[in-house]
Amino acid sequence: MFPASRYSSKAHRCIRALKTAQGEHAAPPLYTTLNRRACSSVSTPRITTHYTIHSRDKDPRWEGIEMERFADEADVVIVGGGPAGLSAAIRLKQLANEHEKELRVCLVEKASQIGAHTLSGACLEPTALDELIPDWKERGAPLNTPVTEDVFSILTEKYRIPVPILPGLPMGNHGNYIVRLGNFVRWLGEQAEELGVELYPGYAAAEVLFHEDGSVKGIATNDVGIAKDGSPKDVFERGMELHAKVTMFGEGCHGHLAKQLYKQFNLRENCEPQTYAIGLKEVWAIDEKKWRPGRAEHSVGWPLNRLTYGGSFLYHLNEGEPLVALGFVVGLDYTNPYLSPFREFQRWKHHPFVAATLEGGSRIAYGARALNEGGSQSIPKLTFPGGLLIGCSPGFMNVPKIKGTHTAMKSGMLAAEAVFPKVTAEGLDSETAGLHAPEYAETLKKSWVWKELHAVRNIRPSFHNYFGLYGGMAYTGVFYWIFRGKEPWTLKHCGLDADQLKPAKECTPIEYPKPDGKLSFDLLSSVALSGTNHEGDQPAHLTLKSDSVPVQRNLAIYDGPEQRFCPAGVYEYVPLETGDGMRLQINAQNCVHCKTCDIKDPSQNINWVVPEGGGGPAYNGL
Amino acid sequence: MSGRVLVGVKRVIDYAVKIRVKPDNSGVVTDGVKHSMNPFCEIAVEEAVKMKEKKLIKEVVAVSCGPQQAQETIRTALAMGADRGIHVEVTGKDYDMLGPLQVSKIMAALAKKEDAQLIILGKQAIDGDCNQTGQMTAALLDWPQGTFASEVSLEGDTVKVVREIDGGLETIKINTPAVLTADLRLNTPRYATLPNIMKAKKKKIAKVKPADLGLDMTSRLEVLRVDEPPQRLAGVKVETVDDLVAKLKETGRL
Repeated sequence: MFPASRYSSKAHRCIRALKTAQGEHAAPPLYTTLNRRACSSVSTPRITTHYTIHSRDKDPRWEGIEMERFADEADVVIVGGGPAGLSAAIRLKQLANEHEKELRVCLVEKASQIGAHTLSGACLEPTALDELIPDWKERGAPLNTPVTEDVFSILTEKYRIPVPILPGLPMGNHGNYIVRLGNFVRWLGEQAEELGVELYPGYAAAEVLFHEDGSVKGIATNDVGIAKDGSPKDVFERGMELHAKVTMFGEGCHGHLAKQLYKQFNLRENCEPQTYAIGLKEVWAIDEKKWRPGRAEHSVGWPLNRLTYGGSFLYHLNEGEPLVALGFVVGLDYTNPYLSPFREFQRWKHHPFVAATLEGGSRIAYGARALNEGGSQSIPKLTFPGGLLIGCSPGFMNVPKIKGTHTAMKSGMLAAEAVFPKVTAEGLDSETAGLHAPEYAETLKKSWVWKELHAVRNIRPSFHNYFGLYGGMAYTGVFYWIFRGKEPWTLKHCGLDADQLKPAKECTPIEYPKPDGKLSFDLLSSVALSGTNHEGDQPAHLTLKSDSVPVQRNLAIYDGPEQRFCPAGVYEYVPLETGDGMRLQINAQNCVHCKTCDIKDPSQNINWVVPEGGGGPAYNGL
Repeated sequence: MSGRVLVGVKRVIDYAVKIRVKPDNSGVVTDGVKHSMNPFCEIAVEEAVKMKEKKLIKEVVAVSCGPQQAQETIRTALAMGADRGIHVEVTGKDYDMLGPLQVSKIMAALAKKEDAQLIILGKQAIDGDCNQTGQMTAALLDWPQGTFASEVSLEGDTVKVVREIDGGLETIKINTPAVLTADLRLNTPRYATLPNIMKAKKKKIAKVKPADLGLDMTSRLEVLRVDEPPQRLAGVKVETVDDLVAKLKETGRL
């Protein structure tokens, strides 16, 4: 775990001292301050209390507690009420009605209401929706803002270089709609309920269940009533088991159950690791005079340097009030641990081109979420006995278009079509108790989703060159615009995002401007605006495999990047109450479920697990 | 005694959500905003269900007034252990102006109709903060009231209530039928778990209109305007006591 060669001799002594001097508070005086910082955890305060790290089997506080779970059976269980999960549910019920078959479809969603954890730009390409619900307009789908103008810029600190969007370039938005995805997902939820899907928002899938033969049996929802220290409260109740013939996992980008399934079924052995970005978003009510409904603006360049992937979006909505949805995306393969995506976002708003739109307006919403950038190179094996993966969980985002909703929806629909004949068949001959539907992966490879992803597969990796952004744009211009992605080679990514950080001493800290309270804001007031909250008395759901790694490694080598990349201020390094040194404080209640920490932690020590259902952000139409 | 307890539950904007005033200053934005059961109503439901589990009462009926979405709140109460629900449908302008007077008239009418032994309400709702409904309901019915209850013990046809008051705790004994309002420390509400939510789908929710109960929902109040609280201005630091006195005189405080 710790490559020995990277540590100085002082650090070696420190680590040895830790192993022998456990429990002693005073650090021997011969060590320097740096080492005292690193080995302050001579007695590391216990941080993680979650039962996934500290098992309840041997915990005396759990003796005699009833651990039986109530179980119920459905035909299909879907984890996640986002575009993919809901499209799969809707398609299943449509097929059931068409063929006059009974089908019990249950969908569990960790947010308190469908749409409350949904966050996206978003410019929706209606291709999948046209296929799923052709009469969406009559049914009142909230696609109210067709894109009327596309503006693309390269920003410098003070100026803007306009870039023409020639037809055929991936970021052209003709025919698309600017939507508030949370509202669209809510509408999809209503359509699903009308068709008879059982929706259970407020209940998180916390555990995957397996048959004796190793196939997936279903999921179990989270236990409730566990205290912060891991002991059972009076109101403790076990979660419920939902068994199904097929379980579809649509947890969105970097799902926590998907992470377990990758290991369990070795789904990632023939694909590249997934690469990610973090997207931060705000919604503003602006001055009517500045409002241009239907305008979609994108930019690259300032404030990021040419080697850090990222850019911005600003969409003018047309839903009555003069609202704009704007945000900033930073690729999580950035190398400087002093980079703070949140603060880059805040200072981007001060650029004259952006400030002109926002001046006189007020911010009404904030949120953040990680998104996939791996494209077709990073798609894992999609099916396994008893289940399959849909949506952004395996990751079908078209990166240069920055659109993943239409492909997620299509993947859900194809999964439903592959699974339906199997779950309704009389006397199906199956090798395993949980049904396997490899047809889903086959039909996906033959569909427009795959064609689209294949054509753009080399654009994101083309940024890994000396010229960074400019090299990538040049590559896109030649190989995508002219040759439509038909080049015979496939470029690779550079490996795990978590491995890309350089040690802090090799990088320069970035001087971010103070928030001015009018255009830019501080982190905590932004988090308050996301409406996020969790039951306080529960174990922190940001679990650490080892409680001493944050201070010993993350802080010592990388100066604690988690305090900068978390868009909700969950991670703070605070001085110890007694003696010298720091400790990691996890403010789990602030978490907005973006998953960035699980992705970017250079020690891969943080394991995000799902908290009690109903907790998390309360996004409204984000 | 009928052994029936009426519990009022209100659907309010979730306490952790940041409120936004509508651009036309007529009220607060509620569309799409996360709502949940008023925390004090959860405590009220929990108390009623505990009484039923101790076999002190026979039936818990959850009541909510509002549009269609109020049924979600009743379902949560049913999942916590209530036996059936009554949804009093109030929509549109009537719902915007629905206040303690109207709700207490509804609760009083339902209490008579259902022959209730007890009405348990939350002490106040976190949106209106009126703290009036329980008291008005008791007055309309001419029933005793045990408000701000932090401990309740049903003994035959009397109730012993420990009330949280400014000076400390007050213990009273009142006859049933009575109205109780729940304060924070009365109990810790249980979770509405998924198997119970599924069972709750089979429990009945009756729908009535205020007109069916012979009630008029007209409000005597009119909301003129809703504004955000003024931004807190920065303070001013002064060096000496004389400066302080001068500043206070300047702003007319002295």
